[in-house]
Amino acid sequence: MLSALLQALLNGIVSGTILAVPAIGFTAMFALLRYGNFAVGALATVGAYGGYVANAQWGWPALAALSAAFAAAGIAGVALDRLALKPLKASGALVVAIASLAGSLVLENIVRWFFGNDLRGFDLPILRDMRFGDLRVGPQQLENFLLALAIMIAIWLFLAFTRLGRAMRAVADNPELAMLKGIEPERMALLATIVGSGLVGVGGMLLGLDTSIDPLTGNRVLLSVFAAAVLGGLGSAPGAVLGALIIGVAEELTVLVAAPAYRSAIGFLVILIVLTIRPAGMFGERS
Amino acid sequence: MASYTVFILAVGGIYALLSLSLNLVWGGVGMVNLGLAGFFAVGAYAAAMASKWGGIPIPLALLLALGCGALAGLAITISTLRLRDDYLAIVTLGFAEVVRLIASNEIWLTNGTDGISGIPRPFPAPDPITYNGYFLILITAVVAIVFLLLRRLDRSPYGRALRAIREDQQVAAVAGKPVTRFKAEAFALAAAIAGLAGALYGHLTSYVAPDLFQPLITIYIFLAVTAGGTGRPAGAVLGAYALIVFLEATRFFAEWIPGITPLQAAAAREASVGLALILLLRFRPAGILPETRAPAPRPGDQRS
Repeated sequence: MLSALLQALLNGIVSGTILAVPAIGFTAMFALLRYGNFAVGALATVGAYGGYVANAQWGWPALAALSAAFAAAGIAGVALDRLALKPLKASGALVVAIASLAGSLVLENIVRWFFGNDLRGFDLPILRDMRFGDLRVGPQQLENFLLALAIMIAIWLFLAFTRLGRAMRAVADNPELAMLKGIEPERMALLATIVGSGLVGVGGMLLGLDTSIDPLTGNRVLLSVFAAAVLGGLGSAPGAVLGALIIGVAEELTVLVAAPAYRSAIGFLVILIVLTIRPAGMFGERS
Repeated sequence: MASYTVFILAVGGIYALLSLSLNLVWGGVGMVNLGLAGFFAVGAYAAAMASKWGGIPIPLALLLALGCGALAGLAITISTLRLRDDYLAIVTLGFAEVVRLIASNEIWLTNGTDGISGIPRPFPAPDPITYNGYFLILITAVVAIVFLLLRRLDRSPYGRALRAIREDQQVAAVAGKPVTRFKAEAFALAAAIAGLAGALYGHLTSYVAPDLFQPLITIYIFLAVTAGGTGRPAGAVLGAYALIVFLEATRFFAEWIPGITPLQAAAAREASVGLALILLLRFRPAGILPETRAPAPRPGDQRS
């Protein structure tokens, strides 16, 4: 029992770290654009297929294919924002959210048109699980974990130490004040869309790497991504990371006591609890 | 063909009820419900289980569906009403997903993905055309009743208060309207109507299954309400029938495009629904039947 618990904890930390990547993407877009982008599920799918084409069809190694995932989702995200969402901003955040849901349907079906509904696997070497006493970890899982960790460190360095990163944070905090300092909120919003969507795409590929992908891959983690972001506080990147870790562990623990299908119900439950007790989340300043 | 047309019109009636439900919260109060399919499913399952396994007469099953829909609506709004509207969007979306998960996995309760078949029909059916014809009359009557009630509500002081909340929550609160209570009531009423639509759908087809309640339905209804004219019950009904025409037209065109697989045809149809919604929101947000009293101008990007 204890080893099963430890195993679940370990799996949860690994999957939570991977979940953190799209959660940061979602929350970053929320922080700068001020609307919930419900297309993140479809964007994760687009990223996963972008990475799949690069890896399985062009023969790129997984690491390089991640950049293809970033690019595919980044381009899709910007196209969606420019063509469908940005023109609707005057109609209010809810109209934009609905349009993003409609856009998500379009993106998902573009993927379906070209790739069908079949499961697709990445071209990766098959490796034996590593064992530590009673615990086991797949080398691919470990690699995904380290990749996700590296991506997060890169984001942190970018936000904390570069001019551009600081400018982005300034706009997220106070757009008017940032404008006074000569920062163009529009440019920062575009940057957030590219980076946010790209991260969501990378997350989609990481999630699919050790299993397989299909056009609904991204939508299956949509609730988990929302839950991580809400738990951390919408708009907070460190919050999204911690939120994702908690969601990841909670999901794995759920599998011990309930049918695995209920994994994504945990996200919903967490959202309800957080909104009832502390709507601002762990690191959110607004409610 | 005649039988099919009658059936499609009956389904149009179901969509009209769902559109009236969405219009009440979205058009009327300005609250978003991305989980409409979930409330639709709750009503469908409640009535199906009660009438098939509980042996409850169908009129009572319909009432039960109304009640279950309202309860689900209240439960969902309790934790979110005082918060920003974005949260209600996320919670309702999650609600629909969880309903589908439960319907698929609690086999002892819902018979899982196989669904429930052989749901009692409201009247004996000598042949499909006659049956669908009867049902069309029934559903049209229900749509007419719900429509008249909602139009009455829309024009009453209560309806005006709801619209005031939509335009500016703070001003409505300052004017002494119990904003949170009104929002909860409106949402629960709308959820009840969606539940009724689900119950009727189950009795019409005598079959319910988790796959019938995809999130796609919710987008269909947003398309219908936006096309018809947000904020007017007449617009919602008109939009629902326009949606049926649109869906059938895309079916026709998708079959007509040469050299594509059936899967690609289905993908193109789904994508066209999303595309149509985006285009409408952008170029004709007021719909076919715009609200007679124009909504108050919005000061830029409105947040509350």
